[in-house]
Amino acid sequence: MSEPVSGTPQTPDLVETLEPLAGLPGGAIGIAGGAGAGRKGSDFIHYGLRNKKLVFGLGVEILFVLFAIFGPMFAKYSVTDFTGTSLASPGSKFWLGTDNLGRDLYALLSNGLRESYLVGALGALCASVVGMALGFVAGWRGGIVDEALQLFTNIIVMIPSLVLLIVIGSYLPNKSVLFEGVFIGLTTWPWVARAVRAQTFSLRSREFVDLARLSGKRPVSIILKDIAPNMASYLFLVIILLFGSSMLIAASYDFLGQGPSNVVSLGTVMNQAQTNAALQYHQWWWFVPPGVLLTAMVAALLVANVGLDEVFNPKLREQ
Amino acid sequence: MRRYLVRKLITYLLAFFVGVTIDWGIPHLMPGDPIQGLLSKFTLSSSSYAALYKSFAQSFGLNVPLWQQYLDFWKGVLTGDMGISIWAPPAKVTTLVFQAMPYTLALLIPAITLSYVLGNRLGAAAARRKVLDNTVLPLGYIFQAIPYPWLALVVPYLLGVVWHLFPISGGYAETLLPSWSWTFISSLLDHWFLPFLTVFLVSLGGWAIGMRNLVIYELENDSSRYLRALGASEGVVRRYAYRNASLPQLSGLALQLGVVIGGNIVTEIAFNYPGLGHLIYQAITNQDYFLLQGIFIFIVIAVLIANFVIDLVYLSVDPRTRLSMQGAPA
Repeated sequence: MSEPVSGTPQTPDLVETLEPLAGLPGGAIGIAGGAGAGRKGSDFIHYGLRNKKLVFGLGVEILFVLFAIFGPMFAKYSVTDFTGTSLASPGSKFWLGTDNLGRDLYALLSNGLRESYLVGALGALCASVVGMALGFVAGWRGGIVDEALQLFTNIIVMIPSLVLLIVIGSYLPNKSVLFEGVFIGLTTWPWVARAVRAQTFSLRSREFVDLARLSGKRPVSIILKDIAPNMASYLFLVIILLFGSSMLIAASYDFLGQGPSNVVSLGTVMNQAQTNAALQYHQWWWFVPPGVLLTAMVAALLVANVGLDEVFNPKLREQ
Repeated sequence: MRRYLVRKLITYLLAFFVGVTIDWGIPHLMPGDPIQGLLSKFTLSSSSYAALYKSFAQSFGLNVPLWQQYLDFWKGVLTGDMGISIWAPPAKVTTLVFQAMPYTLALLIPAITLSYVLGNRLGAAAARRKVLDNTVLPLGYIFQAIPYPWLALVVPYLLGVVWHLFPISGGYAETLLPSWSWTFISSLLDHWFLPFLTVFLVSLGGWAIGMRNLVIYELENDSSRYLRALGASEGVVRRYAYRNASLPQLSGLALQLGVVIGGNIVTEIAFNYPGLGHLIYQAITNQDYFLLQGIFIFIVIAVLIANFVIDLVYLSVDPRTRLSMQGAPA
């Protein structure tokens, strides 16, 4: 059984790991301590249920997820229904109004919500898998492998992803949701890799890792069973933030018409509102709701994330 | 210090190499033959098709082996010859880029620096101060969660369409010709404000929250406790905490640059602002691949230069990079 790290003083490495999140500038990660493996799970539940931020954020998020799952079922029209009433303002017939083609905005938005969650999950999955794999390897091996991987990471950081997507898109007109999610994941992993590397670096010289090494464990199993659990809370927060940022990035891509083809998303609704001069004609019901929805979804995630951070890290709890 | 800079320079050179290679490689990796695509629009006899195909292949430099095409591309990049725009012939790609660049720089430099400086100050002030923290923190989270395209719709709607304070589209009034007259400059500023404001607002919250968390961490640090034990005033302790906390923020800024500079495309398209992002849009809609390739290179260069500037700032802020980097690597 490995030793808990939570009691030990934080190393300077941890500060260096607080890189901001692509798409969410400035870094929303609080200082996630190395709390974890040794502590009882019930402790976290105890503090978790008493943490208002976590309960509130998680509650709102669950409501949105439920809405994304069941919302489209209540839509009176499908997303491809051209009802013939274009640009109707919200009312009893069309709950959220219609767009210029006469499509029901409730149907568009509730389906768009699904799309956002899907892309967010895909992006977070890809970025965390790549980032963690490279971060663990770099931090564990050190030396020349570390140098090479760091160089690779620093290069990827400097390639502007949106421009890259546009260049690819100009040759590849038909893209899928899978493509968008994977592309977002493959361009946002660098900060995860850096953070994981720095933490692995500081953990690998601890006694319990030495002990594991002496007992003849294979490196992969040491990383997975001794090092990773000690930063589990941190990794969990990272995944949540990646999820939120992927949704925001996807909205920008869709807004520019660089998202998946023939798919309704919150970004494409905003794009159509913009290109059809909804601003100038005061058609607020067309462009305000998609942004409010997305903001609320991501903000709830961020608030839950801070709550979780406080639950995992006693230093951050309210004094 | 030299070691630090040399390492950085190697990274930049390699990043530039990768950027140029990607820029050259994507069109070659993509399915389809561009000349075939071009000729498919016409009905041609097979002999004239072959002749035309040959002449196009020659004029685009596609009739030589791949490695030579690659070297030719490099030659073009290094001599600043990115070809002629298809959308606006006979203008050269570089000319178009240099025409658009001042707009983008005038937008991004003030927006990035102001949001960084103000956001950090705000976050540092909010740390461990109940009243301020309770307003800055929730607002910060909301701003951080706002999708940028939405901000670029709602802000001009309120300030432009509803309250008629600022124009919402274009780089200057359409009735004016660019000149150094006062009317033109005031029109420029008028049109500049809204896009600037949205870019500024969207990154403000993130910096504030990041700084707040870091300063709290620093204030709890042993070094701060020691300083207090020595009898230093709270202001002094906070000043040291701020300096320490600004290091990760600075490397965060470097990490952000690619996203911000690239993300500027959304701004310029939403506001129809005549910078590089807008030029990219023209390139896509007019299938101007040369222009697209050229802009990509320029944006990569811009990101590299901005990173280098941040490195220099980092050197001046963090005494450790100046001292320890000469010795063993950290």
